Amino acid sequence: MYATALKMLFRDKSKYFGIVMGVMLASMVITQQGSIFVGIMSRTTATITDMGWPDIWVMDPKVAFIDDTKPLQTTALSRVRGVEGVNFAAPLYKGQLRARLDNGEFQNCIVIGLDDATLTGGPPEMLRGDLSDLRQADAVIVDYVGATTRLARANPLPNGKPIPLAVGDTMELNDKRGVVVGISKNTRTFQSQPIVYTTYSRAIQFAPKERKQLSFILVKTTPGMPIAEVCKRISETTGLAAYTSREFTWKTIMYFIRNTGIPINFGVAVGLGLLIGTIITGFMFYSFTVDNLRYFGTLKAMGTRDGTLLRMILLQALVVGVIGFGLGIGAASWFGTSMRGTPLAFVMTWQLLFVAGSAVVIICMLSAMLSMRRVMTLEPAIVFKG
Amino acid sequence: MTRSAADVTRGRPVAVRCRSVTKTYGSGQSAVRALRGIDIDVHTGELLMLVGPSGCGKTTLISVIAGVLDRDGGECTVLGEDFNKMRSDAKTAFRGRNVGFVFQAFNLIPTLTIAENVSVPLLINGHKRNAAVEQAKSMLSQVGLGTRVNDYPNRLSGGQQQRVAIARALVHKPKLLVCDEPTSALDHVTGQKVMELLRDVASSNDLSLVVVTHDQRIFEFADRIAEMDDGHIEQISGGLGHKVAEHPSESALT
Repeated sequence: MYATALKMLFRDKSKYFGIVMGVMLASMVITQQGSIFVGIMSRTTATITDMGWPDIWVMDPKVAFIDDTKPLQTTALSRVRGVEGVNFAAPLYKGQLRARLDNGEFQNCIVIGLDDATLTGGPPEMLRGDLSDLRQADAVIVDYVGATTRLARANPLPNGKPIPLAVGDTMELNDKRGVVVGISKNTRTFQSQPIVYTTYSRAIQFAPKERKQLSFILVKTTPGMPIAEVCKRISETTGLAAYTSREFTWKTIMYFIRNTGIPINFGVAVGLGLLIGTIITGFMFYSFTVDNLRYFGTLKAMGTRDGTLLRMILLQALVVGVIGFGLGIGAASWFGTSMRGTPLAFVMTWQLLFVAGSAVVIICMLSAMLSMRRVMTLEPAIVFKG
Repeated sequence: MTRSAADVTRGRPVAVRCRSVTKTYGSGQSAVRALRGIDIDVHTGELLMLVGPSGCGKTTLISVIAGVLDRDGGECTVLGEDFNKMRSDAKTAFRGRNVGFVFQAFNLIPTLTIAENVSVPLLINGHKRNAAVEQAKSMLSQVGLGTRVNDYPNRLSGGQQQRVAIARALVHKPKLLVCDEPTSALDHVTGQKVMELLRDVASSNDLSLVVVTHDQRIFEFADRIAEMDDGHIEQISGGLGHKVAEHPSESALT
């Protein structure tokens, strides 16, 4: 009987496509908007996730998220190094400085100053040059997106494309000279600002003079030592906040979720997708069932049990759900793929697919329940009514 | 050669026995008493026609006999079983095994081929899909549609669709066939052919047929004709005008 149910569904082409389109639309909107949301959220934490190295981030207890730097005294580094379980601790400068472009315009950049000795916390991938080149005089490494867009030099030719910043080029950071020694590949940041890497000591020179300039301390724990335990010890011993990379990532994400309009904006779009999908699918599926009510009644009169009819309807709902969901995430993936290389933030995760899939299950179950109610209350005697 | 009602019913077991069957729709002042104490038997191999004006209770009676509607009072056994005493699933399964349906509007599922439509009762009874379709094709050949097995219902004429419906009603070899206005959507010639088919099937398979109809042109096919009015059976005549009894009593029926 289940093959019969599928034939009833597939061969009613207009209704079948309508229902599948409804599910597809809902899946696509939920997945696409969700992926953009996840993409944007992942950009807010790009600085943390691109720096896979540290086990622990140490900072001022008042820091709310990665861009909210509250500098520490340099002595904090020594205090952290003295905590049991800390194998290695490196200073990190993170700040925003103005770069002066060739055409005289200024561009804000994220400047990251790495430990002079070890250069820990460098970019995840080098496209040109080598991280150790930072040891050269005035050396800086610029991220690829920044080098090709906001920091690119003006083309002397009329209507010519900007010329990307290249190794050997110079730039001016806060009136101080920097020489590009490498191009790195980074995750775009939330504000898509160029990222400039240099050494910690040089970053301090670039930055305006302040009493405290140590933004974060990156910690590697002693092998075998529980990271959470070391975090606790650092906090208790130094009075500073210490988070694992994962904790700091989520702290940053939660800051943006709680303090910006991003979640509600995307939530509305996702909710709308769910609502529209439910209405279209529910209506079309219900209409499909109502159109077939006489035939369900006939099947019931001819001896089909209620349970079998229920399973037939559930199967129909499940099949349109799976096909619609597949098409929906396919369309969303195509969208994401076609937008690769653009500033669009798009990250499709399995968790997102799970959420979208759950939403589709809810849509299909609601639609099926509406239909099942009609079939269950159907008197088989309907078949004798003309 | 014609047969009298007595010829048909004599010595044949009773397939359906109804005594004082009542059915009321609604309640209070809006209640409609559709059946007001029906006494009737249907014998094995008999073709009984229920006739009467619209609203007289024919369809209600056929629904009760077929087990798709519960009666309110009286007794009614079909093949020795009382539907009102059966659980819902058991009743459904009993219908699936023993009752065939032919509807006025055919009720063929438009998205299934006619072979698939005819195979449905077999699938309901647990037959394997391929075997069911093969058996359905064989049944369609018997009703003269062996070359159209892969057509969809909407490509057939009304008469052909009714033949498909008959094939579907018979394919699982039921013991009782209930037909609601089987010829009302058909022209005279086609209607005659459909009734000949039903008549032949009934007599050759010891099948009991109950046919609700307004179509006087097919009365000749009946073994007995029960005339209904206002929820009662007014009289039962033998087929071809042979009167069996008026205001039938149980003794007269059996």
